Amino acid sequence: MIKTDILIIGAGPTGLFAVFEAGLLKLKCHLIDALPQAGGQCSEIYPKKPIYDIPGFPEILAGDLTTNLLEQCKQFEPGFTLGERAETIEKQEDGTFVVTTNKGTKHHAPVVAIAGGLGSFEPRKPLIHNIKSFEDKGVEYIIKEPELYRNKKVVIAGGGDSALDWSVFLSDVASEVTLIHRRNEFRGALDSVEKVQELKNKGKINLVTPAEVIGIVGDDKVKAVVVSQSQHIAKEFEIECDHFIPLFGLSPKLGPIANWGLEIEKNAIVVNNALDYQTNIPGIFAIGDVNTYPGKLKLILCGFHEATLMCQAAYQIINPGKKYVLKYTTVSGIDGFDGTRKEAPKAVIKKIE
Amino acid sequence: MEQDINITIIDREGVSHKVQAPTDMAMNLMEVVRSYELAPEGTIGVCGGMAMCASCQCYVLNDTPLPEMQDGEEAMLAEAFYVKENSRLGCQLHITPELEGLEVELAPES
Repeated sequence: MIKTDILIIGAGPTGLFAVFEAGLLKLKCHLIDALPQAGGQCSEIYPKKPIYDIPGFPEILAGDLTTNLLEQCKQFEPGFTLGERAETIEKQEDGTFVVTTNKGTKHHAPVVAIAGGLGSFEPRKPLIHNIKSFEDKGVEYIIKEPELYRNKKVVIAGGGDSALDWSVFLSDVASEVTLIHRRNEFRGALDSVEKVQELKNKGKINLVTPAEVIGIVGDDKVKAVVVSQSQHIAKEFEIECDHFIPLFGLSPKLGPIANWGLEIEKNAIVVNNALDYQTNIPGIFAIGDVNTYPGKLKLILCGFHEATLMCQAAYQIINPGKKYVLKYTTVSGIDGFDGTRKEAPKAVIKKIE
Repeated sequence: MEQDINITIIDREGVSHKVQAPTDMAMNLMEVVRSYELAPEGTIGVCGGMAMCASCQCYVLNDTPLPEMQDGEEAMLAEAFYVKENSRLGCQLHITPELEGLEVELAPES
């Protein structure tokens, strides 16, 4: 059982900034995210796109914002349960909560802050009639353990960065990598496209375009995929493989949180805007894009504000009756849980003669 | 209003809506769908309009002249599902007077 002060569901910008604000109040945080990395939408959908409305940053790439937020909160040593989706919540007799993920990992905390954005990202599954029966039998929509593909024949489908990057990576691990895409053009970063081109020229990646996987062959596990190619003349053929990895991006779904007894409106969690972004269940807060209230704006900067106020309310729940006086970080410095201290340099007082 | 144009949008349940869209607010078709709440929040415009998620895919039903497809839109549609010859991304269709009379149908959620 993982124990923490504030359990944050969602490791996007709002959740990461909550770690920092909680740390200032000496509260420890643990984050759960369905994605294998922190950053939420910023790292999954648009890491290389600029954002122009983060206060103090005239322009910052979404990926860099994630890196900075992780750096800003690292001395407060947040724990992470990544690649797992928060599935159930149980209120204990003492008012604390136990949240269990789809993998069975249990987390115990007096305060839960849902910073889940648009929901947990679920892979978009291609419309292949028999694909469901091969899930976890050779079909994987997300690569979690690259070693699974060591010396195996792998077929990857997709035209974006993840299809390109994983083709490059697995070309060193798998015995054979085939990349299939509906067009000859790819949508990825230029260096990824060039790398795949180079590996294709060397014969390390087998590129099949413009083509589409239309069926899967096998008994209890994947033996081959049926490919339809339409270059010059249309033809159908099979490619033998042990694994088929369709990488067509992820789409967010509110998912199990919708069944936690929270008041939901338009796919968002209703909160008390005037006070602290608490939900209809005391002890459970919702911050960032996942919540709604009159006048709500789904902006990262609003998420930061909501996270800050939520932490104050969490402090009162965890330290009932204790007085709190707001301190500026410039005055108080920052004492990390890792023993580090950041502080403003002392003023130099010196006489001029 | 003078600057408004008429657009017909068939939602994912097959219901047809005739709506007015302003041409002077830098809006795109995806935002028009959201502002009239013709698809549930969270199921359309997921990426905010960067042509990076295809949740605003729609089928163009008449021959209203449309701006040419840019590379980003074309590439995203090459990865989307339920794509047809007349597929476009709503977020890439800016509301201009030329779009008067446009008829579209929202593609299924995926």
